[in-house]
Amino acid sequence: MLFGRTAAFFVTALIAFAVWLWATAPRDGRLPPNVLVIGQIAEPKSLDPQRDTALNDFRILANVYDGLVRFRPGTLQVVPALAERWEIGADGKSYTFHLRAGVRFHDGTAFDADAVRFNFARLLEADHPLHDTGPFPLAFLFQDIAAVETLDARTVRFQLKQPFAPFLSNLAYPTGYMVSPTAVRRYGKDFGRRPVGTGPFRFARWDSGVRVVIERNPDYWEGAPELEAVVFRPLKDANTRAAELLAGGVDVLIEVPADMRAVFRDQTDVAVIEAVGPHLWFLVLNTRHGPFRDRRMRQAVNYAIDKRAIVEDVLQGSAVVADGPVPRAFAWAHDPADGPYPHDPDKARELIGEAGHEGATLKLYAAEGGSGMLQPVAMAAAIQADLARVGLSVEIETFEWNAYLSRVNDGLGPEVDMAEMAWMTNDPDTLPFLALRGAALPDQGGFNSGYYANPRVDALIERARRATDVGVRAAHYRALQAVVREDAPWAFIASWRQAIAFSTRVRGLAIEPSFLLDLRGVGKPR
Amino acid sequence: MTRTILLRLALLGPILFGVSLVVFLTLALIPGDPALAILGPYATPDNIAELRRALGLDRTVFEQYAVWIGNVLRGDFGRSYSLDRPVADEIAARIGPTLLLTGAALVLSVGLGLGLGVVAAVRRYDWLGSAARMLALLAISVPPFWLALILVLLVSVRLGWLPVSGMAPAYGEASIAEMARHLVLPAVTLSVVAAGVIARLTRAVMLEVLPFDYVRLARAKGLAERDVIWGHAFRNALVPLLPVIGTQVGFLLGGGVYVETVFQWPGMGRMLVDAILARDLLLVQGGVLVMATLYVVLNLLIDLGQNWLDPRIGS
Repeated sequence: MLFGRTAAFFVTALIAFAVWLWATAPRDGRLPPNVLVIGQIAEPKSLDPQRDTALNDFRILANVYDGLVRFRPGTLQVVPALAERWEIGADGKSYTFHLRAGVRFHDGTAFDADAVRFNFARLLEADHPLHDTGPFPLAFLFQDIAAVETLDARTVRFQLKQPFAPFLSNLAYPTGYMVSPTAVRRYGKDFGRRPVGTGPFRFARWDSGVRVVIERNPDYWEGAPELEAVVFRPLKDANTRAAELLAGGVDVLIEVPADMRAVFRDQTDVAVIEAVGPHLWFLVLNTRHGPFRDRRMRQAVNYAIDKRAIVEDVLQGSAVVADGPVPRAFAWAHDPADGPYPHDPDKARELIGEAGHEGATLKLYAAEGGSGMLQPVAMAAAIQADLARVGLSVEIETFEWNAYLSRVNDGLGPEVDMAEMAWMTNDPDTLPFLALRGAALPDQGGFNSGYYANPRVDALIERARRATDVGVRAAHYRALQAVVREDAPWAFIASWRQAIAFSTRVRGLAIEPSFLLDLRGVGKPR
Repeated sequence: MTRTILLRLALLGPILFGVSLVVFLTLALIPGDPALAILGPYATPDNIAELRRALGLDRTVFEQYAVWIGNVLRGDFGRSYSLDRPVADEIAARIGPTLLLTGAALVLSVGLGLGLGVVAAVRRYDWLGSAARMLALLAISVPPFWLALILVLLVSVRLGWLPVSGMAPAYGEASIAEMARHLVLPAVTLSVVAAGVIARLTRAVMLEVLPFDYVRLARAKGLAERDVIWGHAFRNALVPLLPVIGTQVGFLLGGGVYVETVFQWPGMGRMLVDAILARDLLLVQGGVLVMATLYVVLNLLIDLGQNWLDPRIGS
């Protein structure tokens, strides 16, 4: 009897439960107006801008913090933010910033010259009492700072060890965002989970694995934003992300995979926008060992690879063909004149013949995944097929991402000829300086893992760093681009085109070339 | 009885020690450097070496293990470097959702499994029994990832009846009804395979029990068929079924890893996957210890239940 009743009870309970769910269901399943729900690809690691390295985290940071400067919306040009204006010394080594008056952090702490000094001391000085709230992986962006002087409460001067023109755009990067000294002193290592900045939104809560909520800062120095709150949800599974947008559970999806863009374009209540970022996907060619010591072989590979097929077929339009070491998102410094190496297998065969390496066997290292690596395995296979067509036989060896990084960043040994790599930077200087300079070899702490060295390139990088005039700098980068293109230390393949998809209820949303997210002007009316 | 419980609890120690040692060694052997995972692609060799020292990664695996186990015995699970917070805090936040999901899936799979199994055995000669048997077979065979996708597309996207993922609405505080609505799809997905397994075993055991004399006697003395089946046959069939249900708990805890990822359920399973991918040794260790403890304790409860149903066992 007991079990008979239990069975009947179980069935009745299930039915009652279903009825209850039905009865209590919200009649309007839509999200509340002026609360924007964003589906991210992962949980942030931390919300301490000096500790983070991932774009996924930067998108939240960009709305909680401000830097002294920021990128002008839609560009990678630097414009004022917490600093109203600045002067650069004639030697290119001193930067004086005049700070905006009356700005306060979300915890009430005044934003002043002392706060700026505190921020860079924590980041750069190993003996600073709060330096142990790190590690700060991107501190090298500011390694040229020799001293930070507070001239008065609203004026601060940076003395650099040497002229360093990328300094301004590094300040616009999240690593340069200003954090509240009071909050860091109070929370120590936990500051990353209790972030306090000056930005248009202030931190409200972080539920592990569920959401990060930020709320309108009514006292924002630029005027309060329209949105009442923004919720960032980590949605790791790509199908779940798509279903949430279609079902109305999120308003915005970040980093929409290529194969889903078409699905969203067919929806009347979903919009998709795209932008090409300051990203470069390339093959490092081993210029120290093997066939790629010969420039003709390096050029041959550039001619042999069908970049268009890779971006259109393998990547389904989620990237554009790259044409050199300066990504085209740096519109001010990029020279579109030469264009990418054309796909020309005949020319490639001719060059291989001249170099005397017909039928050579080459080893290609490929990653299994990784930050900015797009589809590394499929791309390696496409490259292998293209090179086979010009008579080069390629062996692919794949590695897990972290294992891959340590292997490639240590420099390519004689056993390997090519390695995939991708970088995303905020300044056209960063990549050539760290990965093409003759003095940036792996054993010197650099990332020049193919051992490329050309004094002309080194000189151009140096001159561009010393230039205080943007036009002069740009001219150096254009010259650099032409030399490196011709030398072909890398095979230039693709630049990532990111997409975001969002409900048409959302107004004012744009995709930035920096891939940061600027929600100041975004609204979501009923 | 008390002795059984104490003995089993005493065994928990060695079990957890073994589990932690295996996990620690496995993670130490797979490729990938935690220091590199933290610092990202821009790390210089100097930074990496410095961080490895700070994290104690420059010591031998056994030294690292000894330090870790010493801290754990003092109640310190360490700090997760991928999440930048104490491991204990993270587990405390994650364990509730996992218990809720596993519990709901267990109730569903046991209820549906036993029901289907009994029907399949008792009505084995007509269409209802065949239907129950087919349903059980289908439940075992259907791939959970496919089922999850279909349920989401149909119930959430097309019909709009239930939320796609998460444990509560994205904004504001959650009511119990809202949490229940979020629970339905993950719990159903998670329970299906276990329900199928339980149903098939229930059917087999019931078929064994039904021809026994005591069942015939119950019928002969004029009991209603319902009471014969449920009160006599089923009660005895339950004794060998309980250990099977116990192993299904382990399956549900493991299966939760996948279901939690798809439905964005903020539980331990998803935390563990992320921790493994991030080479977050301390978080993996802490999580696995808690999961193993859960498994052992739940199975102890099941054994006690079996003891209660059939006092001959374990006495």
